[in-house]
Amino acid sequence: MLSYAVRRLFGAIPTLLVILTITFFLVRLAPGGPFDGERTLPAEIERNLAAVYHLNEPLPMQYLRYLGQVVQGDFGPSFKYKDFSVTQLIWSGFPVSLQLGGTAMLLAVVIGTALGAFSALRQNSGLDHAVMGTAMVGIAVPNFVVAPLLTLVLGVHLGWLPTGGWGTWSQMLLPVVALALPQIAYIARMTRASMIETLRSNFIRTARAKGLPERVTILRHALKGALLPVVSYLGPATAAVITGSVVIEQIFGIPGIGRYFVQGALNRDYTLVMGVVIFYGVLIILFNLIVDLAYGLLDPRVRYD
Amino acid sequence: MASVTLSIQKTAEAASPAISPTLLSVRGLTTSFATPEGEVRAVNDVTFDLKPGETVGVVGESGSGKSQLFMSIMGLLAGNGRATGSVRFRGKEILGLPAPALNRIRGEKISMIFQDPMTSLNPYLKVSAQMVEVLRLHKGMDKAAARARAVEMLDLVRIPEARRRLDMYPHEFSGGMRQRVMIAMALLCRPDLLIADEPTTALDVTVQAAILDLMADLKREFDTSIILITHDLGVIAGLADRVMVMYAGRVIETGDVRDIFAKPGHPYTRALLRSMPRIDSDTLEELPTIPGQPPNLQHLPVGCNFQDRCLFRFDRCVVEDPALLPIDPALGLARAKACHLEHSPEAYSPEVRR
Repeated sequence: MLSYAVRRLFGAIPTLLVILTITFFLVRLAPGGPFDGERTLPAEIERNLAAVYHLNEPLPMQYLRYLGQVVQGDFGPSFKYKDFSVTQLIWSGFPVSLQLGGTAMLLAVVIGTALGAFSALRQNSGLDHAVMGTAMVGIAVPNFVVAPLLTLVLGVHLGWLPTGGWGTWSQMLLPVVALALPQIAYIARMTRASMIETLRSNFIRTARAKGLPERVTILRHALKGALLPVVSYLGPATAAVITGSVVIEQIFGIPGIGRYFVQGALNRDYTLVMGVVIFYGVLIILFNLIVDLAYGLLDPRVRYD
Repeated sequence: MASVTLSIQKTAEAASPAISPTLLSVRGLTTSFATPEGEVRAVNDVTFDLKPGETVGVVGESGSGKSQLFMSIMGLLAGNGRATGSVRFRGKEILGLPAPALNRIRGEKISMIFQDPMTSLNPYLKVSAQMVEVLRLHKGMDKAAARARAVEMLDLVRIPEARRRLDMYPHEFSGGMRQRVMIAMALLCRPDLLIADEPTTALDVTVQAAILDLMADLKREFDTSIILITHDLGVIAGLADRVMVMYAGRVIETGDVRDIFAKPGHPYTRALLRSMPRIDSDTLEELPTIPGQPPNLQHLPVGCNFQDRCLFRFDRCVVEDPALLPIDPALGLARAKACHLEHSPEAYSPEVRR
């Protein structure tokens, strides 16, 4: 299993190289540059700036230079956040996004699987329809509607929770809930579907024929198989959520890295965009690897070779 | 004098549950499924008795209701299924019992093995876990004792290196070995009744023979009653004492296995027997088949369900549904058929056959 993991990590290098290359040239394709402001700078200054950041070199040269830096673990300086390197920006924002996203995912997994299993066991009852209907709404209504609504009701009208900021438990609550809601909904629907399918399988019939109590049948025999699809969803979903939600971080004024995705692109902050994209890519690859390893623990039929 | 009578009565009373002549008594069992197209009656008014130690073969083609009959008895019907009638096990009504009450019988007194051993074992749990849980639940054994008993059972069903294989996962066993594991698991609590639903259908022919041999040996050793559900009369011939033939949800013929094979009373049974390949026949004729399809259970014809495919149909068959009636009055429903023909089909000349 260890050698499998190592092999997978080495196998990720070409993937990352492709991500890096495509992103590099895509960003450069966008019109404008990092130093185009409303005021036109004197040509002299522009030339100097370009020279400092090697923007005057031919593109393939810049690409190779950047590649060389990245290999050494240096993502370069940010063009817009002066005096900060991209690495510094990511490491200052990531712990916050990780805390926010990690808590939200944890909440989503616990509540989502519980609701899904609950619904599956009461299939087609009023409660099942109520839960699944709510979940459908949870998936359909976007974050930028849910978050302001929560803020408006719980923060402004009732005054129970702060409407923004970061650092205290009460400040965490609203953004975590807003971020978790669609995930809860999605996980609940997925758990329900796969639980229902598992409960129809032959080995569940065997468990019942053996006279096992319903609780044992579900917890010991059905749950593991039913959660496999959820586990495979969790990999990419967790990677996406812990790298920060642009919308949630913006609405609640949270200093995570979500905003860098949008701001970096808008500002043509080439190095920052490259940095966060590669960081996201690495996380996706890592979490998919974790999922595949978890599969091996959950399903004995999975072999690593 | 009075005291003697009393003591005899007492003895009779005390002994009656043990020597009860019937183990399982099914009366008027009817199972229907609610489907979007309406109600489908998969099992229709089935009545039979099973004695301790007896092996009964239940034969019928796909959709004849043979599996659903025993799913109803085990309380394993799908959510849209409903069974009515009466099923008494050792004199106690078990049909419609809530699951917790049924669980005191299922797996301990009555166990069941299924057609597809590849999917009937839980792929996520070791064989040991799946076997041990049965003994811990029903017999209250501790883990070590339960494991020892599980190894014993695996040995008994002739799984080589049982001790080592106990802690393997089902996918590490071949199909035949998995069916052996299923049988071992079903027999762990030495049940009074083993229901085997097409136990060899999914296996290849040589493995089939080995499994049937094994079941015959276990039958002798355990003195368990066996219900053998199959569409293969060959499977029944070697193992069963009695046969129940089902068609379109009903029992259409019952009898001793020798009687059924020698002198089938119902044209359907006769046709089933004739469509079996025979190793002792020299003729190169094409194997006879039964023309047509079983009737749609939602639109059963007026009269006999088999009329459209029957070579012996006459006027009465299309107007009156034949009831299951004794062929030999002395044997009662133990030798019966649901057919208007007065005699065995063999007694009729070809002219009568339409």
